Amino acid sequence: TSSPGPLLVLKTLIYCRHQVLRIKTKNEEDVKQLQLLESLEHLELDFWINPSAAALPVDVRIPAASVQSVKAFLESQGIEYSILIEDLQDVLDKEKQDMTESAQRQRSSTFDFGAYHTLDDINTELDHLASEYSFVEKIQIGESYEKRPLYVLKFSTGGSSRPAIWLDAGIHSREWVTQASALWIANKIASDYGTDASITSLLDKMDLFLLPVANPDGFVYTHTSNRMWRKTRSKIPGSVCVGVDPNRNWDAGFGGPGASNRPCSDSYHGPSANSEVEVRSVVDFIKNHGNFKAFLTLHSYSQLLMYPYGYKCTRPDDYAELESLGRAAASSIRSLYGTTFQVGSICKTIYQASGGSIDWSYDNGIKYSFAFELRDTGRYGFLLPANQIIPAAKETWLGLKKIMEHVRDKSC
Amino acid sequence: SLAMELPPSHFPAARAAAVAVGYLRYLRGGPGRGLELREVRRARRQDIDDVGHKYYLELELEDVLDKDRTVNCTAEVLYHLGSKSSAPDVQVTVQGELRSTEEADKEFYNRIRSLEKELVAENIPDSHGNVPPELEPIHLLAWVASGYVIWQNSTENTKFHLAQVKHVKQVKRSDEDLQFDYVLLLHEMVSQEVLPWEVAVLWHPRRGARVSRCHGPGAGN
Repeated sequence: TSSPGPLLVLKTLIYCRHQVLRIKTKNEEDVKQLQLLESLEHLELDFWINPSAAALPVDVRIPAASVQSVKAFLESQGIEYSILIEDLQDVLDKEKQDMTESAQRQRSSTFDFGAYHTLDDINTELDHLASEYSFVEKIQIGESYEKRPLYVLKFSTGGSSRPAIWLDAGIHSREWVTQASALWIANKIASDYGTDASITSLLDKMDLFLLPVANPDGFVYTHTSNRMWRKTRSKIPGSVCVGVDPNRNWDAGFGGPGASNRPCSDSYHGPSANSEVEVRSVVDFIKNHGNFKAFLTLHSYSQLLMYPYGYKCTRPDDYAELESLGRAAASSIRSLYGTTFQVGSICKTIYQASGGSIDWSYDNGIKYSFAFELRDTGRYGFLLPANQIIPAAKETWLGLKKIMEHVRDKSC
Repeated sequence: SLAMELPPSHFPAARAAAVAVGYLRYLRGGPGRGLELREVRRARRQDIDDVGHKYYLELELEDVLDKDRTVNCTAEVLYHLGSKSSAPDVQVTVQGELRSTEEADKEFYNRIRSLEKELVAENIPDSHGNVPPELEPIHLLAWVASGYVIWQNSTENTKFHLAQVKHVKQVKRSDEDLQFDYVLLLHEMVSQEVLPWEVAVLWHPRRGARVSRCHGPGAGN
């Protein structure tokens, strides 16, 4: 924090135990008495509202030394008063604090949501959001293979273990628009609580858990070494190749079609389900919580909005509802910039793929399980220009909101 | 057998469309024209005994340098049975005229020919998706090159996109063609692999582009 400017220092020294009184004059006589008081310069009275007419209240700041004698005078004249400000210094201190915090917010809300950031910068912004909003908390749900913390933002306005929504991004590290969008979305939700009716009613009933960087080791690797890295960075026994596809590692049809058993493959499923700590940490967290109603995950690219299953091509029991909700969400997305998302099951829309996260969540009782593939459709692919981050985040948020509103209405 | 209607939003139609667009980019693309798929309007598939699977597509495209205009085309993509060794047969018919690139092509040609040192560049776009404006024609020529690779190497079980131009080096020639040797990173959606392909492209304003050499990971082709 910076040191206060000269004016604030002056204020600090001067107003300790000064009181501000509101004086009610009943008649002309009372007004005359106050005007007499006003003329006594040694009292150093500071009239905020001067005595002029009987009907109007008179506000006056009284230095500490004069407080007792002024009050005695008013009481002896039968003039009513009330204490507006008990101690002016307290008020000024609080105001200064508010101003400092606001200035800090101004300085650090220089986080540019329309740019790509390093992991360190993202973590700093998570800290900032948690410190700025009382209902936002940064929690750690585990550690990556290379021992980086897995940070989740918990949005909770109260209750204990309310029905909850899960949202993650960046499980595939090269899909940079997803981590970036998650940050924008976090800020959007936090700053709109209390003013946006939908977000307010959502967070008044449910908790939201947001994991913006689900694969931090991979993410750092995309910055330092290989922009196209997708997997985790775990060492695989018996192989020169590194990493497991974290979205083939979930315990849902694990090892089935659409995942590779070759460690060097970008869709390698890993030695066993949940072998990756990044996956296991989320699984454990969600199971321990026990009250998740929705599981939403962000990927790129292709502009798709998908529900289970990936590991098999049969319809989930809730197919009709999920398809309908998916279409409504895609419609919301399209309403902003005309961006079209195709809706369907993973298996039909993109490919059969086993061991995926939303299949696991769905088969574990979390009905509203959706996977988004964000912009674009291949022109830039993973290398989406930064000037598309905020548009992508905004349109995606509309789709997420549509789903969350439905979950809220059905779960609470 | 009869052609059956396919949902345009499902992957079989999307994969065939990517092949058609790759082929079209190779044939009609250039430093001044980049064709991009907007939407699959309609798709049908016909299984031909002893031959393979034939897709009939109605596609809506756009030229990224002329985005307000809609380019409609029809395409047929025939994946041969046991298609390990042969590229799909593709036919594409563009409705109407494509915007002329004569001016832009001439300007690009003259600019490159007048360079003292051969052009060299890498990472197009960069990690943040940026393409310097003067490299956009080189980027679009890479679409032409990748279009060829995608057409030649696609099966019903693959869907390729150009992920990035890793490296490009101009090779000065004694004839009138421009030559660019590219290292392209292609993203294959089904396996999720991003793999390098070395492609040498010859280009001339009047004659268009042709791939003179193409070498992929593993077996050459």
